[in-house]
Amino acid sequence: MSIRVGKTGNEAVAEAMRQINPDVVAAYPITPQTEIVQIFSSFVANGKVDTEFVTVESEHSAMSATVGAASAGARSMTATSANGLAFMWEIVYIAAGMRLPIVMPVVNRALSGPLNIHCDHSDTMGARDSGWIQLFSENAQEAYDNAVQAPRIAENPDVKLPVMVTMDGFIISHAMEVMEILEDEKVREFIGKYVPENPLLDVDNPVTLGPVDLQDWNFEHKRQQAEAMRNAKPVILDVASEYAKLTGRKYGLFEEYKLDDADIAIVVLGSTAGTAKVAVDQLRAKGVRAGMLKIRVFRPFPAEEIADALKHVKAVAVMDRSDSFNAVGGPVFVDVRSALYDVDNGPKIVNYIYGIGGRDVTPDHVKTAYADLAKIAETGQVENPLTYLGIRE
Amino acid sequence: MATLKELSNKEILISSGHRACAGCGFPIIIKQALLAAENPVVVACATGCMEVCTTIYPYTAWKVPFIHNAFENAASTLSGVEAAYKSLSRQGKLDKKIDFIAFGGDGGTYDIGFQALSGAMERGHNMLYICYDNQAYMNTGIQRSSATPRGANTTTSPAGTESYGKKQYRKDLSAVMVAHEIPYVAQASPSNWNDLVTKVKKALAVEGPAFMNIIQPCVLGWKYPSDQSIELAKLAVDTCFWPLYEVENGEYKLTYRPKEKKPVEDWLKRQGRFRHLFKPENAEILKEIQEDIDTRWSRLLAKCGEEA
Ligand SMILES: Cc1ncc(C[n+]2csc(CCOP(=O)(O)OP(=O)(O)O)c2C)c(N)n1
Ligand code: SF4
Ligand SMILES: [Mg+2]
Repeated sequence: MSIRVGKTGNEAVAEAMRQINPDVVAAYPITPQTEIVQIFSSFVANGKVDTEFVTVESEHSAMSATVGAASAGARSMTATSANGLAFMWEIVYIAAGMRLPIVMPVVNRALSGPLNIHCDHSDTMGARDSGWIQLFSENAQEAYDNAVQAPRIAENPDVKLPVMVTMDGFIISHAMEVMEILEDEKVREFIGKYVPENPLLDVDNPVTLGPVDLQDWNFEHKRQQAEAMRNAKPVILDVASEYAKLTGRKYGLFEEYKLDDADIAIVVLGSTAGTAKVAVDQLRAKGVRAGMLKIRVFRPFPAEEIADALKHVKAVAVMDRSDSFNAVGGPVFVDVRSALYDVDNGPKIVNYIYGIGGRDVTPDHVKTAYADLAKIAETGQVENPLTYLGIRE
Repeated sequence: MATLKELSNKEILISSGHRACAGCGFPIIIKQALLAAENPVVVACATGCMEVCTTIYPYTAWKVPFIHNAFENAASTLSGVEAAYKSLSRQGKLDKKIDFIAFGGDGGTYDIGFQALSGAMERGHNMLYICYDNQAYMNTGIQRSSATPRGANTTTSPAGTESYGKKQYRKDLSAVMVAHEIPYVAQASPSNWNDLVTKVKKALAVEGPAFMNIIQPCVLGWKYPSDQSIELAKLAVDTCFWPLYEVENGEYKLTYRPKEKKPVEDWLKRQGRFRHLFKPENAEILKEIQEDIDTRWSRLLAKCGEEA
């Protein structure tokens, strides 16, 4: 059925793009995403895709051209990282506001300055309220699986929103992994034919897209966007269960790891989930009831579901790979804590900011968080609501 | 050459009822440009007066498919549309000849959209980019752009006790586009409608990118009575402030030579934005402005192989 291969995250995502065979890709290179652009260029050069590849002069134009192509009625993709995402910022919001089902892999990298090319989540976290669906991936397999599922989610008539598929820069994008990919026909069958709504190229039925939208209608249109994001949740789950039938790999809004009977738990996104699983196993071997919740879908944020999954836990640590500089905690912390607000006698909750600018995170780091949690669970007292992990202070 | 009779049989693809100021020059430019097209047209437009006046939701003045994305990206947005067209046509999903036109104001073209324009032209998309050049950021209240002529009073280059208005001469964007070595570049004016329509036809017929710079009188920003837009466009041409020429595959050609080259003052004195230049203390500036036009004009004549 599936094909076992050795691939880096970038190779895996480029492969997914080849199989999706978008009508248009417009992209600009930036470390650590560059390989995706290069590999995809070679697919174009060797006739492996039908894609028109637009070698734009910047990320601002990458997103602009992708918006143009998607509006024209083409299945359209781009990819970027960090400063590239920041450079396309204005149009990231416009893509969502125009309800275009664009899919964009983002290889997470620290946003400047100072300049840094390594992983943290400051790039995509900044875009969390841009109106894009955000799917985070733990490894190359998940990045591939998320990328293949993304067009189905984006193009669903009840959703019609762009989707970011993220993976951790270098840690996933450049690490070779044994994984499974689907046959080309399977992917094409799964994503289906793209039927655009009111495309610009339907010259017999002219439409005006992107008009000025003032006080009398803008609010309604923004409300519809919020509704679409709400609709996305069941659609993401439906697409995942169909995908599970095809691959045996099950995806939800988040993954629970030994959480059922956990006293203490951490909430994490991306590759650190793998590190945390090792820590959980080691602690479990010593009789500590540690668990983990890995968020896959950060937008739409599964607040009720997360609250339900964590309500029995005594103490929770939210791991943020970016700082919001708000002096309260990172963005994931703020959302998770808000989700738990209505839970009676809910867990104590603390925040760890870690891995900034690619700072390495080991199971031992994660275990120090669990050790803090054990103490909190025992005493019911929180000494440090916010800890910077693995730093010289 | 198009004849009036021929054009009068064609549908006008921009409707009345848009919210441009009475007398505004750009609706005329849209009308003339779209009349020139032989195939169905898809339009992209930058943020600015044109977009804001023609699209207020739930209304639209456009009878052709139209997309507005942002201020600086009409060229890259249309690059994507054109790429989609190529891709879908190649895959047999679309079978129709379509022309692509981007409209951008001088701000959206000379300044903030300059990179996107340069990129799109370099990549060779099959599209016509039209800059409707009203010589300032009109939509936000008449701020100077790099297309604003020297001496103009704008809200960010105001004339005052220590200032005669904008210090710099305008950027010669048409020359910059010629330097891109694209198949077709032209300057046009709505006053010379036949010249404009003919140029749009040529621009759409070439394989690859084309750029047209079209002067657009703005009632509010230039400050003149609203029934004089075409007259002012004509004066810009006849004073040689705005020469009409085209560059086809690198070959310059003057497409209109005024019988008598009028002094630039004839054009300047009709507009409130230059009123302060006629104070005695600014006499030298007026002289320099004339000299600059003369220099540019004789250089252009040489390039076009015309007698001085
Ligand atoms: C990125 C960005 N910066 C600034 C603006 C504000 N803005 C909108 S239109 C405009 C000026 C447009 O000038 P021009 O392109 O000459 O068109 P005109 O209004 O004169 O027709 C400005 C500054 C914007 N919309 N987007
Ligand atoms: S301000 Fe000038 S460009 Fe804008 S609509 Fe009025 S006349 Fe036209
Ligand atoms: Mg202007």
